[in-house]
Amino acid sequence: MNVPPGPDPNLLRRLLRAKDRMDVASHEEWPVARLARVSRVSQAHFARSFKDAFGAPPHRYLLTRRIERAKALLRDTELSITDIAFQTGWKSLGTFGRIFRDVTGESPGQTRAREKADAHPFDRVPACYLIAAHRPNLINAVSEKRRQDAGGKKKTNKKEVP
Amino acid sequence: MSQGVGVVGLYVRDQEEALQFYVEKLGFRVHTDVKNGDYRWLTVQHPGQPSFQLGLYKPGPPTVDAKTAQTLSEIVAKGAMPPLVLVVDDCREAYKGMRARGVEFTQEPVDRYGSVDASFRDPSGNGWKMIEARKVPS
Repeated sequence: MNVPPGPDPNLLRRLLRAKDRMDVASHEEWPVARLARVSRVSQAHFARSFKDAFGAPPHRYLLTRRIERAKALLRDTELSITDIAFQTGWKSLGTFGRIFRDVTGESPGQTRAREKADAHPFDRVPACYLIAAHRPNLINAVSEKRRQDAGGKKKTNKKEVP
Repeated sequence: MSQGVGVVGLYVRDQEEALQFYVEKLGFRVHTDVKNGDYRWLTVQHPGQPSFQLGLYKPGPPTVDAKTAQTLSEIVAKGAMPPLVLVVDDCREAYKGMRARGVEFTQEPVDRYGSVDASFRDPSGNGWKMIEARKVPS
């Protein structure tokens, strides 16, 4: 049986190890020497083999992972953009901003503003549907509040208004 | 239970290696191991899940042609197969034991979404998420 030409799966498996390591610690520095060591590949061959396997050179892959993490932090946390830049592995805010814009087409601040706005897409939903959709939560919140109030000092009949 | 999913298979690069991994490192049991020429039907089973078998198959003729087998082997080795999830009672304990047995973890246990999860790969490149079962109040 002729073995068809193609990349050696064992090599790919070792390259995957380098990709996994970048995935789990994208904030760290990943010079080719370090990645090549993880994959047990010569430095000369690493970058090319990695690009053939995963579609992007290792450095660009790392940058996209960092940007991905930064986007998640912009969306899900209140951390400052400076904090996010350093937490995701950049040494300068300027580089972070420039590469972020290169990759995503907008600045970190714009992304944050847009993501936060997108997180509340309710303004496009008619209010009656919105109220219906939220009714169970609202009831829970009210009864919870009543329970708390009952356990506390005074009982209020104030209605919770969305 | 008589109806439901009985077997789901993984592609592995070497069935003997996969067998050792899933049995010795993960604690699965062999359910069926039948050879017919070059073909080997091999399934393992989680001890807590007798109605389900995990198949460990090597892509190759006669099931697929040699070129397809090569492509499938590449996809597995690149970690591009769909994710797998292993549910455990205690993620950190399981992590400790499996790590000591030489399992390649790609992510240490992390607390999030009200649970604990870690990630590991089998020797072929199949990626597993190991998630701690949420405690159901009794």
